[in-house]
Amino acid sequence: MKEGPKQAGAAKQLFYSQRVAPYVFVLPFILSFLIFFAYPVVSTILMSFQEVLPGQTRFIGFDNYERLWNDSFFTALKNNTRYTIWTLLILIPLPLVLAVFLNSKAMRWSGFFRSALFIPTLTSVVVAGTIFRLIFGQTDLAVMNMLRHAFGFETINWLADSTTGMFVLVVLATWRYAGINLIYFLSGLQTIPQDLYESAEIDGANRWNRFWRITVPLLKPVTIYVITISIYGGYAMFTESYMLWSGNHSPNDIGLTMLGYIYRSGIEKNELGFGSSIGLTLLAIMLVINIIQLKFFGLFKKEED
Amino acid sequence: MAVKPSSPWERLLLFLLFLVLAALALFPFYCLVLGSLKPSKELLRLGLNVRLQPELLSFDNYQFLFSESARKYLLWYRNSVVVTVVYTAGCLLLSSMVGYGLAVYRFFGRNLIFVAVLFVMMVPVEIIMLPLYKLMINLRMIDTFRGIILPFIVAPLPIFFFRQYASGLPKDFLDAGRIDGCSEYGIFFRIMLPLMAPAFGAMAILQALASWNSFVWPMIVLKTNEMLTLPIGLASLLTPYGNNYDILIAGSVLAIVPILIIFVFFQRYFVSGLTVGGVKG
Repeated sequence: MKEGPKQAGAAKQLFYSQRVAPYVFVLPFILSFLIFFAYPVVSTILMSFQEVLPGQTRFIGFDNYERLWNDSFFTALKNNTRYTIWTLLILIPLPLVLAVFLNSKAMRWSGFFRSALFIPTLTSVVVAGTIFRLIFGQTDLAVMNMLRHAFGFETINWLADSTTGMFVLVVLATWRYAGINLIYFLSGLQTIPQDLYESAEIDGANRWNRFWRITVPLLKPVTIYVITISIYGGYAMFTESYMLWSGNHSPNDIGLTMLGYIYRSGIEKNELGFGSSIGLTLLAIMLVINIIQLKFFGLFKKEED
Repeated sequence: MAVKPSSPWERLLLFLLFLVLAALALFPFYCLVLGSLKPSKELLRLGLNVRLQPELLSFDNYQFLFSESARKYLLWYRNSVVVTVVYTAGCLLLSSMVGYGLAVYRFFGRNLIFVAVLFVMMVPVEIIMLPLYKLMINLRMIDTFRGIILPFIVAPLPIFFFRQYASGLPKDFLDAGRIDGCSEYGIFFRIMLPLMAPAFGAMAILQALASWNSFVWPMIVLKTNEMLTLPIGLASLLTPYGNNYDILIAGSVLAIVPILIIFVFFQRYFVSGLTVGGVKG
């Protein structure tokens, strides 16, 4: 790439100068940020105060936000909240404990088990949803109904009821995400120095104490990360419900999610303004919950010290 | 965690526990593959069951996938391959440039740009879905592959990852390259890029997987049946009448096959790519 700067034009010279080069490297991000992030963010904030009709938009103040006070919104919020709580209750402790077991030297086949539990994460929600929809089918011979028969219960239509429907969603989430959370915790465990355990053992700490006094506190950064992404993921859940109920319209909205509500308002009904107000409210909810969560764990830390 | 090996009984118990868990994790795949070998009418009438029924098993559904009446399936598959390859290649090139630029140079605005990268990472894409959709309409990118690829091709997570990786590269190479008369871009493409190969491996797998499986945004952008990517096409077959279950089930199996093959060969890249955020935390 040798070049004669004297022959090259001024523009070319500038392009190759050491002061301009960094900006050329980061230019893709600057462009993408302005066009596909900053502009949409500003635009969605504006639209949330507007009625957006083809060819004409007008400001309507807080009307869109006032309209949020309706059954569909609260159904969606309730569904996402239940889903998030269940996934947090299952998908934090379970993978953490499994990771501790898998990480122990005495464990045979740990590589195989790690891969087997991880593989479900690789499947798309579309494929996973298709499988689970059929496993939880309403016929007598569908897998989960056969399991019910084995315990003396009768056939049910899993997806017709909000409680059993939520159960299917949580089982699907557990199947898909336990493996990836396990990998997160395993990578966290690898950063804990072994001699901590050795000296604790010499001091007479039993395994239970070592787990609670060493493993759990030292896994805190990873745990907080997993909780944070789980809250975002839980409130952004959409495809799972879309696949199980084959579309955005489940009976009595038992599978309606916040994102499904944004999709319904903004794209199906073409109310971009109202849809924007749902999106921004969702963002606010996610941020508030995560700030509370981070504060809580921050305070927790001070007590321990 | 246990320093001293635990008792043989405990070890056996743990081993059995994980054997059961592994079986549970793999069981849905067994159901799917078994279902794909049964007549689709049977599947619709009786539901997905675990009975082997050897007399019913055949590769008819797979044969049907490659027949003229299932032409759309192969089209969706091709679309997904095209989108995944173009997106992944573009994303790696652009994100590595940005990450490298942020790591290697000191320039005015560097910190501001890095904060912007972190900011984009923190705001869920779903929030700006509607304004992006409106933008796509204005840019006439609805129902095009450009429309699915362009908005996310400069992705914050790979930028973050490449920046971390490039920070660890020896700066001597930079000076050596300059003394030899390489331009700044020549240094990047000829010297630094090959040094970042492991980072490329991890990010290639992560981004290709995300693109191959991505659903919500392509569903919004793509409209005509011939343009659909695989997940959107498969989802469109899920009608209450179930008249397309043959394509849906066998098609789902073929949709996960490439991922599984890549996983088997590049397992360590999956782990290092997926734990980018976790270990930083």
